[in-house]
Formats: sequence, C-alpha cells, structure tokens
Amino acid sequence: MLGQDLSVIAPELVLALYAMGALMWGAYAGRDASRMILWVSTGVLVAVGLWVGVHAGGTQTAFDGSFVSDGYARFAKVMVLFGAAATLALSADFLSRNELMKFEYPVLIVLATVGMLIMVSAADLIVLYLGLELQSLALYVVAAFRRDSLRSTEAGLKYFVLGALSSGLLLYGASLTYGFSGTTMFAGIAMVAGGGEPMSVGLVFGLVFLIAGMAFKISAVPFHMWTPDVYEGSPTPVTAFFSTAPKVAAAAMLARVLFDAFGNAVADWQQVLALLSLFSMFLGSFAAIGQTNIKRLMAYSSIGHMGYALLGLAAGTQEGAQSLLIYLAIYVTMNVGVFAFILNMRRDGQQVTDIASLGLYSRVDPARAAALAVLMFSLAGIPPLVGFFGKFYVLKAAVDAGLVWLAVAGVVASVIGAYYYLRIVYLMYFGQEVEPLDGRMPSIHWGLLGASALAMVLGIINLFGVESLAASAAATLVQ
Amino acid sequence: MVSLILLLPFFGALICGFGHRMIGEKAATYVATGILFFVCFLSWIVFFSFNGQTESVPLFRWIASGTLSADWGVRVDRLTCIMLVVVTTVSSLVHLYSLGYMGHDENWKEGESYLPRFFAYLSFFTFAMLALVTADNLLQMFFGWEGVGVASYLLIGFYYRKASANNAAMKAFIVNRVGDFGFLMGIFSLYFLVDSIHFNDIFAAAPEIAQTQFTFLWREWNAAEIAAFLLFIGAMGKSAQLFLHTWLPDAMEGPTPVSALIHAATMVTAGVFLVCRMSPVLEFAPGTLTFITFIGAMTAFFAATVGLVQNDIKRVIAYSTCSQLGYMFVAAGVGAYPVAMFHLFTHAFFKALLFLGAGSVITAMHHEQDMRNYGGLKSKVPFTYWTMMAGTLAITGVGIPLTSIGFAGFLSKDAIIESAHAGSNAMAGFAFWSLVIAAAFTSFYSWRLVFMTFHGKPRGDHHAHDHAHESPRVMLIPLGVLAAGAIFAGMIWYGPFFGNHERMNAFFGLPVHHEETVAEGEGHGAAPAEAGHDAAATADHGDVVASETGADAVHAGETAPQGAVFFGPDNHTIEMAHESPVWVKVSPFVAMLIGFAIAYWFYILDPSRPKALAETQPILYRFLLNKWYFDEIYDVIFVRPVRWLSTFLWKKGDGATIDGTINGVAMGFVPFVTRLAGRAQSGYLFHYALAMVVGLILLTLWLSIGSAG
Repeated sequence: MLGQDLSVIAPELVLALYAMGALMWGAYAGRDASRMILWVSTGVLVAVGLWVGVHAGGTQTAFDGSFVSDGYARFAKVMVLFGAAATLALSADFLSRNELMKFEYPVLIVLATVGMLIMVSAADLIVLYLGLELQSLALYVVAAFRRDSLRSTEAGLKYFVLGALSSGLLLYGASLTYGFSGTTMFAGIAMVAGGGEPMSVGLVFGLVFLIAGMAFKISAVPFHMWTPDVYEGSPTPVTAFFSTAPKVAAAAMLARVLFDAFGNAVADWQQVLALLSLFSMFLGSFAAIGQTNIKRLMAYSSIGHMGYALLGLAAGTQEGAQSLLIYLAIYVTMNVGVFAFILNMRRDGQQVTDIASLGLYSRVDPARAAALAVLMFSLAGIPPLVGFFGKFYVLKAAVDAGLVWLAVAGVVASVIGAYYYLRIVYLMYFGQEVEPLDGRMPSIHWGLLGASALAMVLGIINLFGVESLAASAAATLVQ
Repeated sequence: MVSLILLLPFFGALICGFGHRMIGEKAATYVATGILFFVCFLSWIVFFSFNGQTESVPLFRWIASGTLSADWGVRVDRLTCIMLVVVTTVSSLVHLYSLGYMGHDENWKEGESYLPRFFAYLSFFTFAMLALVTADNLLQMFFGWEGVGVASYLLIGFYYRKASANNAAMKAFIVNRVGDFGFLMGIFSLYFLVDSIHFNDIFAAAPEIAQTQFTFLWREWNAAEIAAFLLFIGAMGKSAQLFLHTWLPDAMEGPTPVSALIHAATMVTAGVFLVCRMSPVLEFAPGTLTFITFIGAMTAFFAATVGLVQNDIKRVIAYSTCSQLGYMFVAAGVGAYPVAMFHLFTHAFFKALLFLGAGSVITAMHHEQDMRNYGGLKSKVPFTYWTMMAGTLAITGVGIPLTSIGFAGFLSKDAIIESAHAGSNAMAGFAFWSLVIAAAFTSFYSWRLVFMTFHGKPRGDHHAHDHAHESPRVMLIPLGVLAAGAIFAGMIWYGPFFGNHERMNAFFGLPVHHEETVAEGEGHGAAPAEAGHDAAATADHGDVVASETGADAVHAGETAPQGAVFFGPDNHTIEMAHESPVWVKVSPFVAMLIGFAIAYWFYILDPSRPKALAETQPILYRFLLNKWYFDEIYDVIFVRPVRWLSTFLWKKGDGATIDGTINGVAMGFVPFVTRLAGRAQSGYLFHYALAMVVGLILLTLWLSIGSAG
C-alpha cells in the first residue's frame, strides 16, 4: 500500500529529497557551489516537469484519497514546474550581479515548488494546508532575500504578516467546513455540500473563508493589497517567480477545491468568484494606469489577469475550467518573457524600473523593443496575438454560463487596461528620448524573451495544442 | 480567348500601377497600351468569328453559399462581342492618345509621377468594364458595375489637388450609388424570385416571374415589373438618365481622354447594355418598358435643350452624350434592342472622336475650354478640324435619305426614330416627337460647336491663338481611326443590326421559330395568335424543366431563350419600323437640316443674333443655362437636409454624445479612480489587513443575501 502511495507522489518526493540533498551540498561545498546548484535545480525542475508531463495513466489517489494525481493536476504541475524553472534560470544573472548568489535561493525555490505541487494535488483540506504553508514559508523568505535592502525586508515582512492572516482565514474556513460536514476529504464534503438542498450557513461561511484565504494567494481584490508592495520590494527574479508559478498553483488549487469539494454548490461560489473577478479586473486596469514603476505595473497587471482567470472559473463549467487552464498557460508564458526583459533594464550596471526610462527604446535595441511590444499587445489582449485567445476563451465560457454582464464588464476592463500596456509600446517607439538603457542581455534571457514573443505570434495557429490538452485536463476535474 | 481578353487588362493595370518603379514610367505606360492593343486585336477576332451561339464558360467558382452561387464566368454572345470591340477599341485608342495628351500636364509639379497611375486606372477601368460585359451572372456584372464606378471616381478626381475635381468625383460616386442601390435591389428581387442569379436561370424563369405577384413597399406588384424597374434604376444611374444625370456634366473635370473613354463611349452605355442583356425579363414587363421609353425620350430632349446654350466645349459634348443615351433607351424601351445596341456601337466611335478632338483643341489652346474664346482654329489645327467634322456629320445624322448610305449616326439614329414611331407602347408617340425635336437641337449644338470653335474670327486671348498648334501624331492617329469608324461603322453594320431581318436574327443568334413567327407576322400584319401561343407553350415547358433541374445553371441553360436578345411574342417593333412611312424616315433628316441652318445663321451669318435672342428671352435662356435648375433643386431637396442632418449627428451625436462620453470617462473618471486606488495603497500593513477583513465581511454578506434571496 505504502509503495503504491509513494509511487503516486514520486515527483514531489524526488523534488523534496533533491531539495534536502542540495541543502547539504551547499552547506558542505560553500558559496562557490551556489551557481552550480542553481543550474542543477533548474535542470531538475525541467526534468521533473517533463516526467510529469509525459507520465500517462489516468487518475491515481494516494493516502486514502487525500492526494490525487489526475490529468488536471499534471497539467497544472507542468505549468508550475516549467514556470519555476524558467524564472530560476532568469535569476542567475541578476543574483550574481547583486551578490545574492547563495545556494539557499534555488533550494527555497525548489521547496516552494514542492509545496505547489502538493497544493494542486490536494484532495483533503489538511493536505491542502500542508502544501500551501510549505510554499508560503519558502516564499516569505525569498521575498526578503535581499537582507540588506530595506524594501526587500519590508516586502518580506508585509507578505508574512498578511500571509499569516490569510492562513488564519483559510484555517477558520477549513474548521467550519470540517465542523459542518464532518470530514476534511473533498469527496466527503461534496456529499454534504449542495446536492439538492441548500447548504447550511456554517458551510457557506466555511466556503467564503476558504475562498478568501486562497484569493490572497492569487492576489484577487480585495485580498490583493500586498501584491504591489511585495512585487516592488522583492528582488526582481523573485517578483518574476511570484507572478508565475505560485499564481498557477493557487488558481489550480482554488479550482480543485471548488469543483471537487463544492461542485454541487456552483451557484453559491459563482457569486463570490464573479465579484472577486469583477473587482480584480477593474482594479488591475485602473490602478496600473498611475504607476511609474514597471514592477508595480506588473503587479497590477497580474491582479487584472487573475481577475480574468477567475472569470473563467466563475463560469463553473468544464468549459470554464478549460479556459482557466488555457489562460494560466498563456499568462505564464507572457510573464516569463516580460520579466526576462525587465531583468535587463539596467543603466550603468544599476537595475532600473522606471517606465519612463524606456523612452525611444526602439532606437537603442529594436529587436528587444519589438519583442516587448508583441508581449504588451498580447497582454492587452489585442488580436490576433495569443493573449487575445486567452481572453476569448474565458469570455466565451462566461457567456455560455449565462454571466453575460460579467463578460461585458471584462471587455470594458480590458479596454481600460489596454491603455497602460500600449503606453509602454508608445514610450518605446514614440516617447521622449532619455539616457539609454545599456544592459546587455544574457543569451538565456534573450532565448526566453524571444521564445515568449514568438509563441504569442505563432501560437495563433493552434495554441501549440494547449487547447485540447486543457480540455482533457478540465474533463478530469469536472465530472 | 475571351478570358484572356478579360484578364490581360487587369495584369496591365497591375504592371503599370505597381511595377512602374521597376521597369520605369515609360515602359509601364507602353506595356499597358500595348496590352490593350493586343486585347483589341483579339476582340475583333472574336467579333468576326462568333457564330451566334451563346456560350457560357465558367472560369472558377467565386461564391457558394446556400443556394446562392456565382462563378467567375464568361458569357459569349452577340451583345458581349459588340461590347468587347467597343470597349477595347476605344480603350486602346484612348491609351494611345493619352500618351500624348497626358505627356506634359501642368496640374502636376516637376518630377511628380502621375502617368503610371493614370494608365493603371485606365487599364483597371477596362478590366472592370470587360468583367461587366462578359458576366454570366448578376453578381459578376455588379462587380464590374462597381469596378467601373470606382475607376470613374478615381479618374474624375485624378487632379486631386483641384477641389472641383474632388467634388465632381464624389458627386459621380454618390449619384451612382443611388442607381446602384436600385440595381442591387433588382438583383435581390430576382434572386428571391428565381433562387439564382445566373442569367440562364433568370431568363428561363422570366415568363413565370411575369405571373408572380410580389409584395414590395406595402403593395402588390407584378414581380417582373418590379424587378425590371429596379434594374432600370441602376441603369439610369450609370447611364446618366434624367433625374440621375447630374453627375455626368461635372464628370468632365477629369482629363479629356477619360471623358472620351468612360463618360462617352463605354461606362455610361453600361445601362443600355444592362437593359438589352435583361431583355428576356423586360419583355414581360411592359410597364417598365413604357417607363424606359419615357425617361429616355425626356432625357434626349432635356439634355439637347441644355446643350444648346453651354459654352464649355466638353460640357456641350457631355450633354450631347446624355441626350444620345436617351435615344438608346428609347430604342430599348420600344423593344428594338438591336437598334439600341447599334446606336451604342456607332455612338462609341463618333462620341469618343468628338471628345478626343475637343481634347486636341484644348491642348492647342493651352487648356482653354470656353468656346467663346475660340474661333478660327480651322487653319491652326486642320487635321483635328476635319476629324471633328466627320464626328459632327455622324452625330447630326448626315446621309442620303431613304437609302442606307450615310454617316454612322445617320443610320443608327434614324433607326431609333423609326422604331419609336413603330413602337406600340403608350409613350412611343411622345418619344418619337421628342427625338425628332432633339435631333434638330442636336444638329444645332453640334454645328454651333464647330462654328464657334473652328470658324469665324479668333476671340479671347491672342497669345493663346498665336501659339495654337496641331497635336502630336500619337493623338492624331486615334482621331483618324475613330473618324473612319464614325464614317463607315453605320454603313457596314446596318444590315445585321437593323436593316436586314434575317441577317439580324443570325447576327444575334435568335432562334428559328422566332423567324417563323416573324415571317407569319409580316405576312398577316397582325400578331398571329398561334405563333404567340406556340412561343408561350415553349416557355411554359421551359419552366417545368427549369423547376425540375433547380438552380443548376448547366441544365437550365437549355431552357433559357436562345440568342443575345429576346423578343416577346407580341414584339414586332423592328418589323414595323421597316414599314415606316416615308415622312417618318425623312423627318430626322429634315430636323437636322433645320438645326444646321439655324446654327449657320446664328454663328456664321449673324454672330450677334444669339446674344440678342438670349436678351429677349432671359428666363428661357437662364433656365437652359442653369440646366433646368436640377442641381439647385437637388441641393435644396437632398443635399442641404442631408448635410444638416449629418452636421447635427456629427456635432451633437458623435462629437458631443459619443466623444464626450468617451473623453469624460477617459480623462475624468479613469484618472479619478486611478488616484483613488493609488491612495488606498498606503503602504500601511493595518490598512491592508483591514481591507482584507472588510472584503471578507462584504463577501459573506453578499453571499448570505444572495442565498437568502
């Protein structure tokens, strides 16, 4: 029995063991091995990602059904692993440039990734919390990774305090749910929640608190307040990491809880999610307009994008789950490319995050500017780029589920949001000339930026098959 | 070969328009011209080798949607052949002429490239016109119809720095849109009735349509009448018939070769072509035919009166064109379609000749167009004078009465007037007298033009007169060729178009049984009931087959009436026209003589006379000079209300309401919310925690209320 359980959690197990091994390696080999550990960690993440990706074989459960490995989980895990690997690969240059190249960094990233993998596979509230806390603890530390920087430590502290609050909310929700359903297993909760008669008030409160706790992780309004400060204060590679893998994991986990545990009470959580989605989309659009710091801008951008992801989830249908997965995949791809660019905004060796510094950047480096322009158009959701199709799928899911008003609001918000994306393009091509940025770009950054931009253009042919993969993944989640 | 004719000008336009940077301007224009001459050569081969059997050759499928299908196809019949030679001949000559005429244009700055553009437009026009005339379905025809409209628009506005040219181009386009709307409605109604837009299907179903009632604009109509009427609205727009004619005189803002090609010889005759092409439907719509006769006669008369007093040489010819188009419509209206095509054919030669001749005079006079500043140019530009003389003799209809010897216009115009007299519809008598009077006017204004331009003493700027010179040879060759056409085209083709009935039937590929009908009809005088019944029975039978085979064009083609044009069983106009009394046959000649005599008196013997007449009849003179005040009336009825409404919608609707809202939101509301969001992001941890808790409470409340509700 145990052997079978272990085989189901093998990827998580391998990563966890690797993280401990790497810790030992670093401790004994000293600082000089840090660089090596970082690249090995990247390789391990990619390898595990490939392993999970090609691993077939339907739905498997472990530990009495509290851990599940199905197509949905695997889809999300691949996104998480590749996202983490990409951002880790991007961070090497920045870390060594800023004397932050310590072996703890890759280890923490790997541990956070393990937490995320557990999150998306959790079929039990306790396992869920376990994964969530493993991820969060690692993230609190990396947010404050630049210990000598006031902003970085402030960011870490804010994230920790608010994260603790959200964990409290989540735990309270879990307790209520357990109290009113008598079980922590999703399958058991599903039998009590909904299914003909209305849910008990206790269970409804439990649901809302659970959603609130998880909404914090995906920074949905009004649980988003930490996001701009933490994005701005954290070292840029950490920001890049925050905006990709954890978002995917948290959104996937939220969808898992809602569909598996509260699948019979769609009407209840649909209202909550619709509201969160609405607020997120509009706040992401409005607040980003006033930003001058590109990292803060990307923070609001991710708030807005999570609003759209929730829009798909709010549909509460299989189509909605599919659109959520497609949206997340596209979102992660775009963000990796954008952060590959941001990491190389430098002047005289100093990191620059002021948007105005991009003035007439197209003359400094036409290729990079063109790639970023493509990504910005895609983020804004302008056809025919792939970003448009992401929005198209969530809007279609929402309309098909009868949430026309929400879809219309989403379109309005995207029009407003297009302003700040296009403003960056405007600055790069028609803006005021400023002292040019001079950062040279490592080839791995160039590769990721170029690949990301190219994917936004070439993906319009068939989205690289993500659509059908997401469809079968969503089918295993929503039965 | 016909597809080659159709497509080559298109490639010519492409090469000339886009390739001139690679091969050079000169080469580009020469290529376009050369292609046109080759196409013209092919067209004449087709014209002479055509055996009278209608052929439809689909090139490729264009649109297939439900039961609607349209091919790019070529329908070769006699009408197409006639139009092919008319279009390609005039077009190639105009291309050649333009090499000289457009060579140095003062409207353009030094070094500006305009020639390739001009030639590309000309070639594109030719392509569109050929698409129109070779169409085997209404949609392709409409494509060509709009294509020539676009080319016309582009060429009228060719001097785009001139405000007047731009206005004229817009006017032409908009007025044509009115007609095109009718044409489109006609296509829709036919598709609605027949479920196909292929000519063969429509022609086969025509007798059935005539039995159908059709609700349109809250009233029951005969379906054939309404469809034919709507199509004719389209023809009115394109052919500048009364009420939709106002664009044609203004279109003279375009370069003169354009006027010759588009606004005299080819595009404006598309309406006549359409009416003849749709003759199998029109024959079942006697009401519409009567209307066509009326409009044609009115136009012929109206335009001729206006032409009497115009002073701009091109405008005189423009009104003359308008008037001659009226003649053609009268011929079609009384059912003499071959006669209409005959006049179209001869008119193309002599009208293009007149325009190109006018262009030659204009070049000689340094772009002076006012005839009051001409005079005595005969010796300065002798070749132009003699060719213009040939054109004038042709348009006024000089020939030997009661024979078939005469200039082109003599034969074709007289044939129309005889047909009008023989016509059986209610407007035929009116048309006859209008046309005879118009013939007198035609003679007057044509001779007036010649006398004012070439005879008498030089008037106006001496400098211009001193430097007047004959045009270069590239411009004179087309004049010579067209002059030959103006002299001989009528005599050569009089028989097949009108004069000889058997040759006409063979020429247009008309079926044998119609000949029998005709033979009996000629024998017994009145319409024989038997033959008519026979024809109707055949048609009925055709219906059954057509409905059985559905919209399949290939099969339905068997049941459509043979031949390029169609005569209903009661249509004996042409036979009757042959029997016209002598006074009818002589009347246009007499009218011509009267017009000539007055013109000679007014402008040669006593040049002060016209002015005196104008002073004694100021109201009439001003009425004619201002073109019956059509422009002014339209301005009050249509232009100003529309402009007022547009301004209102623009300023109040778009500017204040829509832009105002958007600007308000974008410049007021959004920044306000942005500032608000920025302020909420205070940086204080307790604010953030508070927001989370408040949010949580709100969500809980929202859900509780939602569930309770």
